[in-house]
Amino acid sequence: MNETPDASQQASVSRSALSLGLIALASAALLSWVYSLTESRIAEQERRDLLRQLQQVVPGDSFDNAMHEDVITVRHEVAFPGGQEVQVYRARRDGAPVAVAMKLRANDGYNGRIDLLVGIYEDSRISGVRVLSHRETPGLGDAIDIERSDWILSFEGKSPVQPGPDGWAVKRDGGVFDQFTGATITPRAVVDAVHRALQFFESNHDGLFSAPSQVQPGERESQDEA
Amino acid sequence: MTKYADIFANGIWRHNTGLVVLLGLCPLLAVSNTVVNGLGLGLATMMTLMVTNFTVSLTRPLLRPEVRIPAYVLIIASTVTVVELLMKAWTHELYRTLGIFIPLIVTNCAIIGRAEAFASRNRPLPALADGFAVGLGFLITLVMLGAVRELVGHGTLLREAGLLFKTAGEGLQITVMPGEGKFLLAILPPGAFIALGCLVAVRNWLVARRRHVRVPREGIAPGAPRTSTT
Repeated sequence: MNETPDASQQASVSRSALSLGLIALASAALLSWVYSLTESRIAEQERRDLLRQLQQVVPGDSFDNAMHEDVITVRHEVAFPGGQEVQVYRARRDGAPVAVAMKLRANDGYNGRIDLLVGIYEDSRISGVRVLSHRETPGLGDAIDIERSDWILSFEGKSPVQPGPDGWAVKRDGGVFDQFTGATITPRAVVDAVHRALQFFESNHDGLFSAPSQVQPGERESQDEA
Repeated sequence: MTKYADIFANGIWRHNTGLVVLLGLCPLLAVSNTVVNGLGLGLATMMTLMVTNFTVSLTRPLLRPEVRIPAYVLIIASTVTVVELLMKAWTHELYRTLGIFIPLIVTNCAIIGRAEAFASRNRPLPALADGFAVGLGFLITLVMLGAVRELVGHGTLLREAGLLFKTAGEGLQITVMPGEGKFLLAILPPGAFIALGCLVAVRNWLVARRRHVRVPREGIAPGAPRTSTT
């Protein structure tokens, strides 16, 4: 090989690298600009989402603190099997405990995990339960979803003594909760998970409310800026 | 002007991404269970296609052929990320519904296909028009598929329109068949394949009939010649 094609080849390689680098740089600049533009709005949307979720299981007028920022994480292999990290959001009024909302998971659904949000009043009554996400069979197991049926509302007002330990099961197992035609596994998994959460709440009641929050008010914003 | 007419005819009918070229089927089949979902993903894809086509065409003088593919990938990936961020900020509910399929627009072969086949060989304005036309073709397919599946599966049209149109969309739902007992299969994954198959068949039938009318003696050419799959 003589020198000329070699040199032109080198020139073409460096030109390619340069043009690719330019495009990468422009893309990075564009992305960081759009990110900074949308960042606070996205964080705000997510906060609103979370608060809206929490208010589905704990009535919004029953508390006056920033519930979505008053949170601790607990682990308990018996109550929340499968190594879950359960978020416990605390609702208070004038500083006094009102209710908690726990984000937990039932691992034994018909199609795997069912994510649940369980709200429990300070006196161990269920304030509300919602299914956050699931993969149960449409038309059968998906009746646990509030958009499909009112079944999930049957938890409201239940407590460890009302219906009592034996009552915390679907009717086929001798309990008080309806099962669905053709789908017993799904409601059974939900009932069990809610019952375990309730028992956990009852035996850890004081500790759950007194533990310091992981998110200090305003901390989330300052983290975003860092 | 005929050039633009051609671009639109190709994008929407002759080379329709969903029905003829059969590219980008993964998002097409996955989120077409309602009209609103289809419309949302269709609009996002169309936006992406227009931006990427335009940008790719702009970079033509800058790029050497050896590095064009990585450059396209960069452009497409950052465009999709921008679309994703914007949707997350302004249509958050819809973003949650469409979930993973927004980032997956990156992998929609139709987009890099148009960048390579059209935008890299044409000037910015025709490239933009092509992005619009192909995107519109994809959008129409998605909405039709969504309409068929929603009609059969839920008995409604435009349900949950609030996801896309905020409060203005709340009254838009049209209940065609009230009551229970819908054909559930339609909104499940198999329904997507069946419905798409029917749409492709209808299109091929229309094409064949037109050809038949034009050249009655020679009959119908075997198969749809442009159909190709990846």
